[in-house]
Amino acid sequence: MRRTRARTPAELVGSEPGPEFQLSFDGRPVPVLPGQTIAAALWSAGILSWRTTRVHGRPRGAFCGIGACYDCLATVNGRPNQRACLLPARPGDTITTQEGDGHAALDG
Amino acid sequence: MPHSTDEPGARETGRAEVGQVDQVAEVAEVPEFAEVAVVGAGPAGLAAAVTAADHGLDVVLLDAADAPGGQYYRSPADGLGATRPGRLHHHWHTFTELSARLAAHRDSGAIRHLAGHQVWTVERTGDGDWILHAVTGGDQETRTAVRARRMVLATGAHERQLPFPGWTLPGVVSAAGAQAMLKSGLVLPGRRIVVAGSGPLLQAVAVSLTRAGARVPALVEAAGYGAYARAPRVLAGNPGKAVEGARFGAALARARVRVLTHRAVTEVHGDERVEAVTVSRVDHRWRPVAGTGRRIACDALAVGHGLVPQLELALAAGCVTRPGLDGTHAVVLDARLGTTVPGVWAAGESGGVGGVELALCEGELAALSIIREVRGGVRGQEARRAIALGRSRNRLRAFAALMGTVHRPGAGWSEWLTGDTEVCRCEEVTAGRIRTACEELGAGDTRTVKLLTRAGMGWCQGRTCGFAVRELATAHGTGQEPGGPDRRPLACPVKLSTLADLDGPG
Repeated sequence: MRRTRARTPAELVGSEPGPEFQLSFDGRPVPVLPGQTIAAALWSAGILSWRTTRVHGRPRGAFCGIGACYDCLATVNGRPNQRACLLPARPGDTITTQEGDGHAALDG
Repeated sequence: MPHSTDEPGARETGRAEVGQVDQVAEVAEVPEFAEVAVVGAGPAGLAAAVTAADHGLDVVLLDAADAPGGQYYRSPADGLGATRPGRLHHHWHTFTELSARLAAHRDSGAIRHLAGHQVWTVERTGDGDWILHAVTGGDQETRTAVRARRMVLATGAHERQLPFPGWTLPGVVSAAGAQAMLKSGLVLPGRRIVVAGSGPLLQAVAVSLTRAGARVPALVEAAGYGAYARAPRVLAGNPGKAVEGARFGAALARARVRVLTHRAVTEVHGDERVEAVTVSRVDHRWRPVAGTGRRIACDALAVGHGLVPQLELALAAGCVTRPGLDGTHAVVLDARLGTTVPGVWAAGESGGVGGVELALCEGELAALSIIREVRGGVRGQEARRAIALGRSRNRLRAFAALMGTVHRPGAGWSEWLTGDTEVCRCEEVTAGRIRTACEELGAGDTRTVKLLTRAGMGWCQGRTCGFAVRELATAHGTGQEPGGPDRRPLACPVKLSTLADLDGPG
């Protein structure tokens, strides 16, 4: 069981990923490794919140990590209420911080 | 009408909003038939499916994830090119062996593996078969159904959470969630992560996080490991568990993780994200001891208080459940893993949280029991195997009961809540409002609290706050919760159009 400690998760599992691509989060480019979910890409970039709550406008991000808690809802390519912890990121995805139920922009 | 995927803009329109009523592809008029349907491709479901197929049964394996393994054997997405995925796992060889058997059975057609299929309800037909209704596709827009004579429910568990001041701050993540994000996406929520709560999962999480490069300054356990020693006979029957515990202890020591028992995180500090936590001593009832708080700097907190079996489908099938020593409900099973409903078996966490070894044992045993029923008996070798598995199961179930007792949250946990601590994360309902509902408005059960405050009415359907709300409500009420486990008629949110069609064809 004795192993030298890795510095990163990728190093631990000997990751040899495919070519990196980008998504956009609130206008800022975020690098993504193929196969990562939107939440994983955002965590990698040190971003922990991408939603504000309906009542108090508090920041939220991924909590349960398995699609059960719905705290990680994000607006993806204009569509609100996407579970970022389940959705694989794709090149060119545009993620915007979701405010409340995400329908304010639609209601005009 | 389904969208063409090569059409420009298909990506934008191809993802339905959760719960949104939208166009839906047609469901097959005549569902696919199988002798055995296994729901869940975690350790229990995999073991059940491959064992049943080994013995010649025709199996369909439905699983919400794209790859087999469940939450325990979650592995990095293919694109991440992990050359040593086993480094994030224990018993990885067991999984690679099961996966190889699954692949062989898939190739021969003995197992149809429906990956990415979330079963949202089950119903019995007039002639005693089961129809399993599932949604699939990138955004779960496509409906499908499978008809099966027998069903094995191996639906696993999700993590139990207790609220505490500051737990909604970004950087506070579920311990199992941190593990899941690490295993699948090779990411960490921070660089200096406190692990807290209760239960053996915390040790595994802390070890994984440190191996992956994080610093874990402390593992905060509200119970104590000493309680295990008070059941020497159970321990003697499970020497492997003691070895595993010792191994985790050594790994934590090597990684310089301080293990703080009889302590809990009673406050999280930070404005927009976690900057530190306060760890306080708790007494044997988990009441925080005033004046013992100590601040630990960190940029993330991974927290969890054990697991809760996911029972939606078992309840939909009509299976009887019972309360367990860990404070959660589980499916009532006989020695052959039959539920109280004919044609329905359950394995793994569904029958009470017990870990991977038990899940593997029960999955195999459930399959052998089905073979016995199909054939009207089993031959010598299979009969001997079933007896051996039954013995292992009893031993492991005894350990699970001990674990459940040791880590069951003490009644005093609610004393670390402040009036403005959010209990229901979805609906932002505070402990103060729940207390008002109980003390001034007379609510004494979760249903009444929910109706008065909306706690548990949000997206997650009370999966996250259900245990806490029940504890808060019954502390003020009669202490007797009517109705047993939380009931959710749908195992996942589904579109209204999907529901509307349930009474249609078929």
